[in-house]
Amino acid sequence: MWQDITLQDVLIVSTLMFFSGVYGFLTRRNLITMLMSVELMLNAVNINFVAFNYFLHPENMHGMFFALFVVVIAAAEASVAIAIIIGIYRRFKSINIEDVSNMKY
Amino acid sequence: MSFLLLFVIVPLLTVIAILFSKDIKQTRWIAAIGMSVQLLLSAALILMYLKIRAAGITDDFVMVKNLVWFPSLNFNLTLGVDGISVSLIALTSIVIFAGVFASWQMENLHREFFISLIVLATGVFGFFITIDLFAMFVFYELAVIPMYLLIGIWGTGPKEYSAMKLTLMLMAGSALIIVGLLGIYFHSAPDGGLLTMNLLEISRHKIPENVQNFLFPFLFVGFGILGALFPLHTWSPDGHASAPTAVSMLHAGVLMKLGSYGVFRIALFLLPEAAHNQGSLFLILATIGIVYGALGAIMQKDLKYINAYSSVSHCALILFGLLMFNRSAMDGAILQMISHGIMTALFFALIGMIYGRTHTRMINEMGGLLKVMPLLGAAYIIGGLASLGLPGFSGFVAEMMVFFGAFTHADTFHRVVTVLAASSIVITAVYILRVVGVFLMGPIKDEHHLHLTDASWWEKLSVGTLLLFITLIGVFPHFVTETLIGNSLAPALERLMSNF
Amino acid sequence: MNAFEYTFLIPFVPLLGFLIIIFNFNRFPKKLTAVLATGFIGFTFVVSIYTAWQYFFQMGPVNGVYPKFIGFDFEWLKLGDHLSVHMGTLIDQASVMMLIVVTTVSLMVHIYSIGYMHDDRGFNRFFAFLQLFSFSMLSLVMATNVFQIYIFWELVGVSSFLLIGFYYEKPSAVAASKKAFIVTRFADLFFLLGILLLSFHVGTFDFISLTNPENFESFNLSGYALFGLSIPALALILIFIGGAGKSAMFPLHIWLPDAMEGPSPVSALIHAATMVVAGVYLVARLFANYALMAPEALALVGYVGAFTSLFAAVIAVTQIDFKRVLAFSTISQIGYMMAGLGVSHYGGEEGLGYMASMFHLFTHAMFKALLFLGAGAVIHAVHTNSIREMGGLRKYMKTTHITFLIATLAIAGFPGLSGFFSKDEIITAAYQSNPLVYYALLVVAGLTAFYMFRLYFLVFWNTEPHYHLKPHDPGKAMLIPLIILALLSILTGYIPFGQFISSDGQPLHTHLHLDMAVISTLVSFTGIALAWMLYKKPSDMPQRLIASASTLYRWAYNKFYIDEVYLFVTRNIIFAYISRPIAWFDRHIVDGTMNAIGWVTVTTSHKIKGLQSGQLQKYAFAFVSAVLVISALLVYYLLNN
Repeated sequence: MWQDITLQDVLIVSTLMFFSGVYGFLTRRNLITMLMSVELMLNAVNINFVAFNYFLHPENMHGMFFALFVVVIAAAEASVAIAIIIGIYRRFKSINIEDVSNMKY
Repeated sequence: MSFLLLFVIVPLLTVIAILFSKDIKQTRWIAAIGMSVQLLLSAALILMYLKIRAAGITDDFVMVKNLVWFPSLNFNLTLGVDGISVSLIALTSIVIFAGVFASWQMENLHREFFISLIVLATGVFGFFITIDLFAMFVFYELAVIPMYLLIGIWGTGPKEYSAMKLTLMLMAGSALIIVGLLGIYFHSAPDGGLLTMNLLEISRHKIPENVQNFLFPFLFVGFGILGALFPLHTWSPDGHASAPTAVSMLHAGVLMKLGSYGVFRIALFLLPEAAHNQGSLFLILATIGIVYGALGAIMQKDLKYINAYSSVSHCALILFGLLMFNRSAMDGAILQMISHGIMTALFFALIGMIYGRTHTRMINEMGGLLKVMPLLGAAYIIGGLASLGLPGFSGFVAEMMVFFGAFTHADTFHRVVTVLAASSIVITAVYILRVVGVFLMGPIKDEHHLHLTDASWWEKLSVGTLLLFITLIGVFPHFVTETLIGNSLAPALERLMSNF
Repeated sequence: MNAFEYTFLIPFVPLLGFLIIIFNFNRFPKKLTAVLATGFIGFTFVVSIYTAWQYFFQMGPVNGVYPKFIGFDFEWLKLGDHLSVHMGTLIDQASVMMLIVVTTVSLMVHIYSIGYMHDDRGFNRFFAFLQLFSFSMLSLVMATNVFQIYIFWELVGVSSFLLIGFYYEKPSAVAASKKAFIVTRFADLFFLLGILLLSFHVGTFDFISLTNPENFESFNLSGYALFGLSIPALALILIFIGGAGKSAMFPLHIWLPDAMEGPSPVSALIHAATMVVAGVYLVARLFANYALMAPEALALVGYVGAFTSLFAAVIAVTQIDFKRVLAFSTISQIGYMMAGLGVSHYGGEEGLGYMASMFHLFTHAMFKALLFLGAGAVIHAVHTNSIREMGGLRKYMKTTHITFLIATLAIAGFPGLSGFFSKDEIITAAYQSNPLVYYALLVVAGLTAFYMFRLYFLVFWNTEPHYHLKPHDPGKAMLIPLIILALLSILTGYIPFGQFISSDGQPLHTHLHLDMAVISTLVSFTGIALAWMLYKKPSDMPQRLIASASTLYRWAYNKFYIDEVYLFVTRNIIFAYISRPIAWFDRHIVDGTMNAIGWVTVTTSHKIKGLQSGQLQKYAFAFVSAVLVISALLVYYLLNN
């Protein structure tokens, strides 16, 4: 069963996940959804870390640690991002990305 | 600790001291004391230098000292001087000394003003005391950047525009220079040794001729922009017209000499073959500059523009002399650097003082000022006479040496450019006398001018110092050309003449 | 061992005087300045006389030739490796003679000025400038080399500039000083080029080796030159142009009449007796070179001199400004000297023209200075320059009248006065070598007598206008110089000049050429008689004459419109078509290019700033697409290797 799963399978899943994230990030206009897409990308990377660690270097735990680290950072980052989004909402009364384009020119 | 390093340390200490000053009185006295010390230091340097030479030391550069800076790239702060840099250091200290007194009443943001002014001077001093190309470049940049602030903040007229134009053009020059310097750097050790920026070590090897031909225009044009090479001189009229008095003095008097010094020390000295190959092209530009600047000055109405164009003409004569590749002309060119430095500083100082009283620089709005302010007027006339090359003043000697040197080339091309360049002595007389006749002589045009006062003591000091040196050099040119410069030209001449 | 070392005092003392007075010009009382300046110049005068006595009488000729001494010498500047410029004093026949001329006239003018400038605010400044001029002129005269001459040439030029523009509040004086300086400066450019060319080929500036005919063969004169002229001819012509500028030869004479804006003593000293003859002196200095190396250049000198002489004499006949008549007369007389040099040869009897020219320089200095000082006295008394507003002054200014008459007779070539002797020698020399010059000079002699007596009669006789204040003779300070100069104008003619001055250093025995003397006397008497008839008493004859030759008169009166030509060239051609376009070109083309570069940069940035839309997702899309493209390339690359 699960022993049959190869590195390749996991990578396919993570790639799909990553590009779903990319797609979401590029097409969604809602900041929250975009944030979720970013999380999706991060988690795709996490899967890669864990997978590489498990399949290629099972004797040490660096990949696991790195994934854990990313999870923690992602949590912090998500809270900061949401704080920013709330800030943006307060200012623009909208969390539509197209309304927040003051950084041009 | 080298003696030469004091030339950078003293101004920096002065800057620090100014930071703690309470009001303009303290500021200007600190600046005056600092720059007087600097003047004494250069007198001491001249004496030390003469003593070293008298002891029979014939090295190209003396008081050489190597201070490690970036060991990984072999960039060092190598100090060392020869007769030429000693005389230019003396010029710088004279001009900045007079400049401080000329800006005695700079009330507006006085601390910042004097700090920027002295930082600028520090850059110039640094440029002249080092013989490491990279260190020279750094000091060069240090001198150019405060200029932007000085013109942009304390200037007059369209000051932001002028400051922007001046800085951008000089920065473009810097970009060319750094390309040239790096090119030299990467060819400094053809036998596979350690790459170096040290002038002396580079000069031991010959840079391949095709490389020289490629690098020479970068360096010549790069430094030429600062030395007002036609047609890249246009920053100068606007920049000088907008700059406050002391900045014009320092800029036209010293900073433009940085350009010609760079041409001499780096472009001609390190790339002699290319200088021969491309010399005639730049000689044409220099000749155009001489005549063009002088003719351009005739039609100007603003005193500062007149002087700026006259500077273009005079500085082109420096390049003209340098490109003649012989002893007399190059001696003359170096003397012209010093002479023009003092002379133009004198003019800008006087213009500043007159402007401070009449609030106009347009010559047709003034008249008969000689009667109201005899001292300033007489000083302007003397300066004018010096500028048109009257014997007894430094400009004459410099011009004559350049023309004599130029005339030793017997081919038609050199003869023609020499005659053209020499014709500038007439054109110079025309615009100088025209200006003097209109605004100093004749009846008084504006009756408000009747109540103006003559020079105050600081103005007398500033103007007097400059006049003194113009006359001294003019009467005893031997001291500068033989005793001070002496054989310092020999290494460059030897390299320039060796294959021809 | 050097007997003439003390000669450095001659220029040095006036320099000292200049420095002392100029640094105290608002402190010294007028009396102190007058005493100091006159004392200094008096001392110089005494030293010069002593030098002359020592040179001519104590030492005298050695083996029949007057030697040349270097009194005092030091190296001033090195030009390259071979040439060096020295400063020093050269003692030879010409320089000693000039010392006498300069110091005598300068001393007289100093004394005269004490009276003339008495009420002037710029008294101290005036004397300082006089000292400066004396210093420069004496150094010029004693120059040991061409370059030293050039240096002091410029300095006398600037002293002249300062003194012409002495009344600097008067626009005409300012314009005149500017004109004088620029015209002579223009000529000096050629002088400089001449020096450059000569020194390049000859390798020395030094007069002693330069003018020694024995050295001529060793000079390297090969090389091409312009217009088919040889190198020495070209160089010497260029140098002559310099001399022509200073000596107001046609067509560079335009500055001298205007220079009369200066105070009268200045006109006497600088613009009549000393500085304006510097050009003659320069040609005389290099006479051996002119005569032996480039006879064609010397011929040019002669023709220019003769033409100028005639030209200026014609103009002088029509002028009505007192000092301008004298100015044109000066130009004419200097032309005489130049012509004298031009017709001369080198050495022996053939060198008569040279000696005659120097002789005329000497006598002319005396009587022309006297004429100007007399003019100053008259102008001082009647407060106008126009001779139409003068007349009958002989009754009021007796001494001035007598001295002026003596000078007028002298310049007209009245037998027995100095001008007669020197002019006669020049005419003889011209007769012997060049008929064209000879006839020109003869006509000039007649014209000179005519216009000088026209001036004299109009001022001292003729109708007397109404004077507001009764004119009177000036005070003693002004009269004494007049009297001394009048005596000199008579006596100097009897100096056996050839004994002292000659082209090759050997004393030349001259005698009066009776036939020539008769002809020239007749000519000048005709001139005097004509003036007598026309101008002694008021009559309408002059008016009728003018009407009958109105075109010629108008042209001569307007100085043949030479000034207008210059004005046209400078203002309408150089200023309008060269200078102004250059100023415009600089602002709009050269500077425009720089601004255009700035403009292009700014515009480009405006155009591409739209890419920075602020839309995060667009950036991200670009980013991701780029990553994909790069990855694709990478994969492609890896697969292919």
